Amino acid sequence: MRAAIHSTSGALALAVLLLTAMPPVIGAETPNPVADAQAFRKFFTDKFPKVKLEDFVNGPYSMNEDMHRQWQEKEQFPPYDFSLEAGKEMFAKRFKNGKSYADCFPNQGIGIRQNYPQFDEKEGKVVTLELALNRCREANGEAPFSYVKDEMAALTAYMAFTSRGKPFDIKIPNDARALEAYENGKRYFYTRRGQLNFSCASCHVQNPGERIRAEVLAPAIGILNAMPIYRSEWGGMGTISRRFTTCNSQIRGVPLDPQSDEYRDVEYFLSYVSNGLPISGPGARP
Amino acid sequence: MASTIRVRATSTGETTEVQALIQHPMDTGLVKDPKGELIPAHFIQQLTFEYDGKNVFAADWGPAVSKDPYVKFSFKGGKKGDDLKVAWIDNKGASDTTTAKIQ
Repeated sequence: MRAAIHSTSGALALAVLLLTAMPPVIGAETPNPVADAQAFRKFFTDKFPKVKLEDFVNGPYSMNEDMHRQWQEKEQFPPYDFSLEAGKEMFAKRFKNGKSYADCFPNQGIGIRQNYPQFDEKEGKVVTLELALNRCREANGEAPFSYVKDEMAALTAYMAFTSRGKPFDIKIPNDARALEAYENGKRYFYTRRGQLNFSCASCHVQNPGERIRAEVLAPAIGILNAMPIYRSEWGGMGTISRRFTTCNSQIRGVPLDPQSDEYRDVEYFLSYVSNGLPISGPGARP
Repeated sequence: MASTIRVRATSTGETTEVQALIQHPMDTGLVKDPKGELIPAHFIQQLTFEYDGKNVFAADWGPAVSKDPYVKFSFKGGKKGDDLKVAWIDNKGASDTTTAKIQ
């Protein structure tokens, strides 16, 4: 009898050993961004079979016919126009040392929005366009701009405008740190936080097209393609940083600092899964 | 400095449709800045659209109008290629004016 008990517990122990030795089934799969992006895209095209893939970049306007008509009218006289013009002037203006933004970017900074964020292998981190712009300023002895609005929004508006229609082309280089940054961004995107206990995905994956109070939620795919945006609610322009920090405070979480590692990573993840969708920024949102 | 007024006027033959966007803070005087001090009221008081020596649209605005206001209206008449003059004056005495060709 005793021997029998011993042998069963022995068998159990063996089973436990076997289970732990086997490759873990769910949760810790090897990261596969290519498969992720395909699954991500399929989720949205299955959920909204009537919406054309490239239309997802128009956010809530792709979800609701009525809003779509209003938006078309608005686009004839877009509210981001003043900011765009200011951005164009600022971009062309030289720094005190005689250099300009064009000297900091490939192709003079024209038509390159779709390549950001990039993974910088020297730094080992994700570099967003906003970050690159401020680094360009600092390298040339100018004070950095606020990441959330005004000048930064105007500059990114102009850079997005020159890249309109070009598909997002975010690359994950063969570097363990790049994959880690992507995974970290993905984790951030799906993690619940704040008093309301929402993740980014609660609204933008589970409920796009539904209303949250008066607003129609935008789908996560293509959500960054329209950045920066003129938000009527803000009464002005806002950058990706502004969108992230505001989202976090709206779910009653504590926003991180703009361009903190987590935000850079989540921008990397979100941009990567929207690869192939055209840049439509600057945008206008209710 | 670039004009604060964007205007587009299109003639359909009988009528002319006008759309305009004006860049202005339109501060109500009720909002505080981050330091807790009131931002003084600053808003457009009068907006006019003049065609052929006559006002075709005049608005007396107050602080309730939104920032960067947008206006759309149409009036009878108006020929392609003619001038449409737009002008605004705000409560601080600042003003701007622009002339657009009717398309």
